[in-house]
Amino acid sequence: MDLLQADLSAVTEAIQNKKISAVETTQFFLDRVQKLDQHLNAFTYVSNTAVKEAELLDQKIAHGENVGPLAGVVFGIKDLLCTKGMPSTAASKMLSGFVPPYDATVVSRLKKAGAIILGKLNQDEFAMGSSNETSVYGACHNPWDKSRVPGGSSGGSAAAQAARLTMATIGTDTGGSIRQPASFCGVVGVKPTYGRVSRYGIIAYASSLDQAGPIVSSVKDAALTLETICGQDSYDGTTSDHLVEKFSQNLNGNIKGKKIGVIKEFVQHIPDAHIAQSFQLALDTVKQLGAEIVEVSIPLTQYAVPMYYLISASEASSNFARYDGVKYGYRTPHDKTSNLSLDDFYSLSRGEGFGAEVKRRIMLGTYALSAGYSDAFYLKACKVRRLLRQQFLDAFEKCDLIMGPVTTAPAFKLGEKSVDPLKNYLNDIFTTSTNLCGLPGMSVPFSTAREGNSILPIGVQLTAPHFQEQSLLNFAYAIENTTPAADFRKLKPHVY
Amino acid sequence: MAHEINEDLIRQIAQLAKLTISDEEIANYMPHMKKVLNHFSELETLNTDNIEPLITPVDLKSYLREDRVEKNISTEELLAGAPSSIGQLFQVPPVI
Repeated sequence: MDLLQADLSAVTEAIQNKKISAVETTQFFLDRVQKLDQHLNAFTYVSNTAVKEAELLDQKIAHGENVGPLAGVVFGIKDLLCTKGMPSTAASKMLSGFVPPYDATVVSRLKKAGAIILGKLNQDEFAMGSSNETSVYGACHNPWDKSRVPGGSSGGSAAAQAARLTMATIGTDTGGSIRQPASFCGVVGVKPTYGRVSRYGIIAYASSLDQAGPIVSSVKDAALTLETICGQDSYDGTTSDHLVEKFSQNLNGNIKGKKIGVIKEFVQHIPDAHIAQSFQLALDTVKQLGAEIVEVSIPLTQYAVPMYYLISASEASSNFARYDGVKYGYRTPHDKTSNLSLDDFYSLSRGEGFGAEVKRRIMLGTYALSAGYSDAFYLKACKVRRLLRQQFLDAFEKCDLIMGPVTTAPAFKLGEKSVDPLKNYLNDIFTTSTNLCGLPGMSVPFSTAREGNSILPIGVQLTAPHFQEQSLLNFAYAIENTTPAADFRKLKPHVY
Repeated sequence: MAHEINEDLIRQIAQLAKLTISDEEIANYMPHMKKVLNHFSELETLNTDNIEPLITPVDLKSYLREDRVEKNISTEELLAGAPSSIGQLFQVPPVI
């Protein structure tokens, strides 16, 4: 069996039928991490119990015990998620060495389904960034071109998956952090509807925007992973009791007659020729499959970036009050002679523990929430957020799904990122509306750009109405089977 | 609204946020903050009269789980992550 190409369902079936063992598959991926991760820096921690867990799983199978639908599937988990007994640091000095005493619900659901957790994956510090360069572990590299970023914040997840250091990964998406790296690395990424997936045990960034989801190699694998992690959780009061369909069994790539919305304000402003060409090709391709293209206008998407940064920074500044140097995490060095005031103790611990971008956003959020300014910034952004959501709901009266570009350009060079944060923030224009409105969104690999000797993947973004992950996945399944996407899948990244 | 971002304001925000930041960081954050906030002020041009703020994006029903005692994580496990602990307590330096 080709473990680098096989569907998750095929691998787990082979393991359950004892054609291969879970130990063999786990060891296979451990060996790959050992050999290839030196080029990527995708892993922040490699499990030393994974083989043992695989052994236990093989024993269960040998005894004829029931094992779950992901039995033996080897997962990498973004470092933002708590994993019992494994460091979970959000790639921050603030949480350096933190080993949580419990699993995030996403992780416990994967384990219950039989998954083997191979380790933790690199990211931007506290998920704040879109290049994976703000990690305390150093930058992660794009497997298609090591001189380029894998995207972020879930850069380690996308890079590990593209290089097949894992069979599947979990990332999180607050403003595009699953979809953008998935597009940069040529893998499939899903951000579910807000409330679909429990946030329990996921180190919070912006609680009204954060969602975890799969970053995997195919739409089928995304469907299987998603149906395992979705569903109400008594540990997260914002999870929905909405029925979780068997997404993987219901996959249907027939999109004939589907109405596909294209946001006028987005396509008018695609700044990069590669992205514009790829998107035009995607439109032509789905038209050939019988879908109807409908132009929709959502003028407030032009304000999505300010709205997103004001709201996410405000929520972060409040969430991050928990890092006080007392209960867990970094504490400023001190001794009996230090004579610290309580304020000094907190401020030094936080000032030394957080990185530059995290501090920048905490300060932005503190300002946006402070007396005299909260009406003008935070509350104003929340009011426009309601109007934006209404414009999306109105657009979905005219179309079944919205299709668009994921990013403003293909993966950029490491270190090239402008020192101007505003310029970087504006690159999130195509992804942030989805989070602000709580909609499900997805990036599917579609075509490539050639830059010098490099081939760089380009994804296409799909957005569906709330809780319509099935139609999102179905449409993605159709795209995945088109000629350009199938041609892309024949290519292999440089690190593989 | 004009946003007067000066050194004093940055220091004040850092104090509110309980962040010790260096002079170099202040010099670095000031122009960024100015630029970002001025750009973000474009939201002020939008009419939001009589619009309720949207705090959470999906209209979810609140629900309560059964109120029963569960023991998931022991005190020892929780204290294991603390920078310093003594017995069943978090230990901190004297601050008064």
